[in-house]
Amino acid sequence: MYLNANNISFAYKKNKPILKNISISIPDNKVIGLMGDSGSGKSTLCKVITGYIENYTGTVTLDREVINNKGYHPAQLIFQHPEKTMNPKWKMHKVLEESWNPPQELMDTFGLKDNWLGRWPNELSGGELQRFSILRALNPNTKFIIADEISTMLDAVTQVQIWDALLDYCKHNKIGILAVSHDKELLDVIADDIILFDDINKL
Amino acid sequence: MDDLLNVSNISISFTQYVQGLNQHVLKVISDLSLSVKEGEVVAILGSSGSGKSLLAHAILGILPENGNCEGDIVFKGEVLSQERKEQLRGKEICLIPQSVNFLDPLMKVGEQAIGDVPKEEREEAFKKQRDVFSKYGLSEEVDDLYPFELSGGMARKVLLSTALLSNPELVVADEPTPGLDSQSVKETIKDIKQMAQDGKGVLLITHEIDVALKTADRIAIFYSGYVIEINKTENFNDVNNLLHPYTKSLIEALPRNGFKLTEGVQPLDDVDGCPYFENCPIRDDFCKNNIPSLIEHDGVMIRCHKYNGEVE
Ligand SMILES: Nc1ncnc2c1ncn2[C@@H]1O[C@H](COP(=O)(O)OP(=O)(O)OP(=O)(O)O)[C@@H](O)[C@H]1O
Ligand SMILES: Nc1ncnc2c1ncn2[C@@H]1O[C@H](COP(=O)(O)OP(=O)(O)OP(=O)(O)O)[C@@H](O)[C@H]1O
Ligand SMILES: [Mg+2]
Ligand SMILES: [Mg+2]
Repeated sequence: MYLNANNISFAYKKNKPILKNISISIPDNKVIGLMGDSGSGKSTLCKVITGYIENYTGTVTLDREVINNKGYHPAQLIFQHPEKTMNPKWKMHKVLEESWNPPQELMDTFGLKDNWLGRWPNELSGGELQRFSILRALNPNTKFIIADEISTMLDAVTQVQIWDALLDYCKHNKIGILAVSHDKELLDVIADDIILFDDINKL
Repeated sequence: MDDLLNVSNISISFTQYVQGLNQHVLKVISDLSLSVKEGEVVAILGSSGSGKSLLAHAILGILPENGNCEGDIVFKGEVLSQERKEQLRGKEICLIPQSVNFLDPLMKVGEQAIGDVPKEEREEAFKKQRDVFSKYGLSEEVDDLYPFELSGGMARKVLLSTALLSNPELVVADEPTPGLDSQSVKETIKDIKQMAQDGKGVLLITHEIDVALKTADRIAIFYSGYVIEINKTENFNDVNNLLHPYTKSLIEALPRNGFKLTEGVQPLDDVDGCPYFENCPIRDDFCKNNIPSLIEHDGVMIRCHKYNGEVE
């Protein structure tokens, strides 16, 4: 199966196009790395693919079929800044349950502690929140993971653990990954192919 | 040279209420001491959740209400009270926060970067703000954007610029560069070095080891609320010069060094013995129930029983 973005164009403000006729295709058995300048539009593309932005032109398809934005979206976004995307009025168990109830085993592999479930988002460290938002996205209905700078707040040891767990989970469940990162060395070890954003975002 | 900042025996804990009225005290920083001299960059590397941001918040006086902090924060020889921290904050001591939620969502970013300045100094301040912004590749139109209109990297650059513009004596930088492109990282490294050259102090918290290697005089390693090693920067170029097994695994986990997997996570709470006991490859029974103290060994500070002669 492939997740495809076909001829996507989008602007937040008139006369200031951010995405210019972009096409990208992600197979369900690969990790595609995406690099590019700050402010160039990578996160915007991620939001289009995962249904957070709707008023774009072009299509997002699973194989040939246009994705219906009403139900559970098969492509789940793990946001660049987890602290911005968690409801401050929800404790962590609710943040997680909104998506699914991961089995204990998965909580352990991703280094999440039960004690944290009873806390508010601002009572966790940056890297702890980042691990929550990764596990939150692994709902059984997820077919693709759009990972926007997801290990920037992890120490090097935890970064290896989390990528190891994520790659393993995705391989077993046939989930494809688009990994946005500024870290070339990281992409060299986790990605099958690396795409430069500037190469796909030109008319 | 004189100590600009002296963190002396800091402990931080939170009182948690589990199942109704049962109280549980969660200790997240234990007996932590660290200093930064004038003109010095001290980097902190360490495990996620080891207490780096809380230390930064303790220095700035912005810990949450339910956090108990013991020990002293000494700045230029003066023990800082909460009131004094508030006076110095944003002026002599600045924080570059890890969370982008520190940006004011209702204020244009150019405006918030210059902060509170008297009317007659505003024009000058805006000029400086423009200079710093453009150095970081933030064009003129960015001045008038609100935080929600920024990309991730742009938000980081605004937080960074805001701290630089207040021209502090001490900068506490809590992850200034995650997600930044290499050009901006280079710029940040230059600015950190410049501050040190100007006699200021920088406490740099980072997961990006290269940024620490390029700027720091010394690097402190945190694990589970403890400083477990403080070593000279040059020693980080060769794992054999590093003492603590966690420090070694941190360097070996870098993508360029093989992306080596080390299993195990840090304990949730303070433990009776060495905080690294559960995951340590060189542990001994003695380590389980005895906390090693931070001692000097060949000019390196190390917290491990192997080096203080307690175990073989
Ligand atoms: N909600 C918004 N309203 C208006 N403009 C926006 C909005 N979000 C982003 N932008 C603008 O769109 C452009 C692309 O932003 P985007 O977040 O996609 O960049 P990015 O490639 O992810 O950058 P980074 O590497 O810094 O995260 C930027 O110029 C940004 O200012
Ligand atoms: N309000 C709170 N109540 C209880 N525990 C807390 C609270 N705030 C933080 N903690 C815990 O204290 C520990 C240290 O947090 P801190 O934010 O300082 O970590 P950190 O070293 O900055 O980690 P990271 O690298 O992930 O940002 C974490 O385990 C965190 O869960
Ligand atoms: Mg982005
Ligand atoms: Mg932190």
